[in-house]
Amino acid sequence: MNKTKTDTEIKSVLPDGWEMVIGLEVHAELATKSKMFSPARNEFGGAPNTNVHPVCLGLPGTLPVVNEKAVELSIRVGLALDCTVQRCVWSRKNYFYPDMPKDYQISQFDLPLNIDGKLGLPSGLVVGIERAHMEEDTGKSTHVGDSGRIHDAGYSLVDYNRSGVPLIEIVSRPDMHTALQAKEYVEELRSILVAIEASDGKMEEGSMRVDANVSVRPVGADELRTRCEIKNVNSLRSIVRAINFEARRHVELYESGQAPRQETRHWDEQGGGRTLPGRAKEDSDDYRYFPDPDLVPIEPSLEWIEEIRKALPILPQQVRSTLVDKGASASAAGLIVERELGPLVFAAIEHGADAKRVFTHAENNLSQDEASSLDPKNFADLIKMETGGELSATQAKTVLAEMVASGEAPEKIASVHGFEAMDSSDLEATVDKIIADSPDEWQRFCEGDPQQRGKLQGFFVGQVMKATKGQADGKAVNQLLQSKSAG
Amino acid sequence: MSEKSNSQNAGLTREDVAKVADLAMLNVSEEELDIYTPQLGSILKLAEQMESFDLDGLEPTAHPHGLVNIYRKDEIEQVDVLKEILSSAPQVEDDQFKVPPALGEEL
Amino acid sequence: MKNNRSIVDIVSAVKSGKESATSITETCIERIEIEDKEINSFNTIAKDQAMKAAAVVDQKIAKGEPVGPLAGVPVGVKDVLCTKGIETTCSSKILEGWVPPYDATVVEHLKAADAVIVGKTNCDEFAMGSSNENSAFGPVKNPLDTTRVPGGSSGGSAAAVAAGFVPVSLGTDTGGSVRQPASLCGVVGMKPTYGGISRYGLIAYASSFDTVGVFGNSVSETALMYDVISGSDPRDATSLPGEREQILPTLDSENVEGLRVGVIKELNGSGLEGFESEVIQQLNGSIKALTKAGAKVEEVSIPVIEACLSAYYMLVPAEASSNLARFDGVRFGLREPGGNTAEMMRASRTAGFGDEVKRRIMLGTYALSAGYYDAYYAKAQKLRALLIQELNKIYETFDVLISPTSPCVAFPFGAKSDPLSMFLVDIATIPANLAGHPGISVPFGTGANDMPVGIQILGGKFGEKKIFQAAKALEVAANE
Repeated sequence: MNKTKTDTEIKSVLPDGWEMVIGLEVHAELATKSKMFSPARNEFGGAPNTNVHPVCLGLPGTLPVVNEKAVELSIRVGLALDCTVQRCVWSRKNYFYPDMPKDYQISQFDLPLNIDGKLGLPSGLVVGIERAHMEEDTGKSTHVGDSGRIHDAGYSLVDYNRSGVPLIEIVSRPDMHTALQAKEYVEELRSILVAIEASDGKMEEGSMRVDANVSVRPVGADELRTRCEIKNVNSLRSIVRAINFEARRHVELYESGQAPRQETRHWDEQGGGRTLPGRAKEDSDDYRYFPDPDLVPIEPSLEWIEEIRKALPILPQQVRSTLVDKGASASAAGLIVERELGPLVFAAIEHGADAKRVFTHAENNLSQDEASSLDPKNFADLIKMETGGELSATQAKTVLAEMVASGEAPEKIASVHGFEAMDSSDLEATVDKIIADSPDEWQRFCEGDPQQRGKLQGFFVGQVMKATKGQADGKAVNQLLQSKSAG
Repeated sequence: MSEKSNSQNAGLTREDVAKVADLAMLNVSEEELDIYTPQLGSILKLAEQMESFDLDGLEPTAHPHGLVNIYRKDEIEQVDVLKEILSSAPQVEDDQFKVPPALGEEL
Repeated sequence: MKNNRSIVDIVSAVKSGKESATSITETCIERIEIEDKEINSFNTIAKDQAMKAAAVVDQKIAKGEPVGPLAGVPVGVKDVLCTKGIETTCSSKILEGWVPPYDATVVEHLKAADAVIVGKTNCDEFAMGSSNENSAFGPVKNPLDTTRVPGGSSGGSAAAVAAGFVPVSLGTDTGGSVRQPASLCGVVGMKPTYGGISRYGLIAYASSFDTVGVFGNSVSETALMYDVISGSDPRDATSLPGEREQILPTLDSENVEGLRVGVIKELNGSGLEGFESEVIQQLNGSIKALTKAGAKVEEVSIPVIEACLSAYYMLVPAEASSNLARFDGVRFGLREPGGNTAEMMRASRTAGFGDEVKRRIMLGTYALSAGYYDAYYAKAQKLRALLIQELNKIYETFDVLISPTSPCVAFPFGAKSDPLSMFLVDIATIPANLAGHPGISVPFGTGANDMPVGIQILGGKFGEKKIFQAAKALEVAANE
């Protein structure tokens, strides 16, 4: 592989005629005080085996009991992703591994808590959510050996601090077709998880982990070909690179008459970045799922679900769609949400400001920091002054900048600048005078072709602006010039 | 796994037993396979007793009493037994459980 | 030869100061150390802890402080129940030497009642068996005839009471493992409603079947133990919420007048095969006794009982195969060397588990595996639902059901070496475990070779009071 290029530089990631099909499985650690089934502390870091309890060590005779808060947070996630919340059952996923204290993981298999949701992305794509279920995390093993590589290791050390931490696993439908869409999905999902306080979403601490399922197919086909799962890609940048690498690998195989094997692979940053096959056993494990007999089903009541729904904060995609309903473009809506200008914008509209002007100013003239010092009523008043003709667009922009800096009301700033309301008859008189002062140019304007008219229009508007010290409204001047030249 | 057949063994073969022993992390010798296979087969044959009952429409029951929604509050309980637990572990280093290396990449 | 002091006797002697708990405990342990060499009912005698606990009781008495209802009473605890600071092995090499850092909830209850735990009783390995021939620490002998088995899996707990070592002991009942050895040893053995007694600290065999049970020389002593150890437990998500009805206070004042008793046709000798004729004779005797005492006895047929054995042996090994996965040599228990973790786990489990345990783990793994789940596991769960449905209907017109506890009296060692023939011994006890219902076995006469026969009384969910009542009536009749 050559030096990596940014995605904007790569015109097309795949050769002509191919598209990728991507589904993502995201595991997020839930922000509870104690673990999913044991009262041990749920906290990142900490000396090894200090956040443990006999239950999350799976010692003989211990039993799991469900953490109510973890269920509440999981319902929050399901509702935020528009899922159906249903009666669910705990399942045991049976396999042997040293970081698994019971050599089975308590998860949810055929009856998960949340199903059939969706996540709308800022760019407009809506990704289906197949399910979002609860499970417990595993411990961590560290391999100790000469080179630190697994195959040369002398032994492993196991720390169970993370074992039993509550997880929600969110499985998307294979609705994404570019690595950037996948990245956007992860970012949006993360912002939701953080907004609803279900998880702190720190990929760098492992509290959010992404596995990508990648396959390819000819453009226009609706088949689903063999897919590979790329596990534990732990940064947004790596997600993009890993998906692109894997998709290209599949295409190369097909184009050389072969086909990818269904397997689990791992992203390896070294050597320029590539995926490598994982344990063959991972793919042939028979997990022998069955309902966990130590736990009873969860049937969340409609009252509890409603209570949780009511307490949800407003979510990014809701803000975006409300903005679009009120007339914002998709891109303006995206920017407003990204810069967290939602509350300001809605408040200004509440105060009677024209929505379209609000959106334009927000998109073009306000950053996240600037908006934080802006009073919504003042902002609304400014816009009313503009739409009422008291201020030109140019003047409004100037006033806005000063409002942000000083916090003063727009009327005060306008009068300090001498931005007075320009009377329409005064304006007409001024235009008439300029016309009278330049009769030759006026004649050429009235009689000239569109190109000449355009140039002369600029001349006249400039003259009017000079004479009025910038107070004239450019649009109004143009209108007067048109009507007078027609008449 | 092999096809079930109506035989003395409920269709259980030595290969089936070997595979199942593997899944259960047990080493079984050839002699033991010879002993276990008919024993397990005769027990599986017991399952035929269930055939004479109409089980349509019944929900599989994992618990006899239909309990639901049993929770605990999200509270931390500090236990003071870590030393005991580590001292009764087979091998420990740096307060962690020491094991031979696992085969394959870490998940 | 029974040499039994009753709980009432011990507690009154201790409370009055006539005898010290320390001396009672010392005598008890001395006797066990000598006579248990033959019987092998104890895996561990916890002398130090027992003497300390007895001393605490004596101190309380000396200070005039109140003591619990089991003050100074020596108790045996089955070696599948965790006891803090006392080795707990499940009679398996894989846990040999393991000392739990906590007490099971039922053990906490015993201690709160000021009982003195003298040791851990022997049992079939991981509670898998019906004769206590599957222990890694040697079989237990029936104190009434040492050429015969005591029954299982709680053979040690039954034998310890039958031999007079302790007046009461704790066992566990997953498929009959308290009721059946009680029957074979001639003592009372009781299984509660599933979820009635906490499973926290009970090393799991089959999670939706396991219950802690009680052995005693009399129905009333058994009732007292039940009252002490029963209750809801927030650490066990399958324990039923709410208060438990106390049994002992009204045991003597109530009777079986008008009690509706159903004789299970399939288990009365005219249905399923294998019931010894003397056992059926005693069943008939017990029916007469209850009728004489005022109960209304009728025959009732439960056809689905014929499939219970098969459903049981699909479900229980399945749960067990998963519960026993944690024994892998990583965090506790036996570890054998291996070049990598998989090798180490295999070697440890192979060396640590006995044959019967391995068989059941493999059976359970098979029943859960891809392609077989529906045919075995799911089907058995449906049969379970059918049984519960049928029994719920029956308990609308009957208060209790009656049958022999075991089709046979205690058999000689090695007599049932074929696994399937051993399973058949549980045919009468298994339905209660599938349904999660309570049951009690009461000694009633003798059968072949003068060995004791036990009669089983079964009840519906939380039917403990009624089954104890019927058991009491049988006990009175048996002692006449």
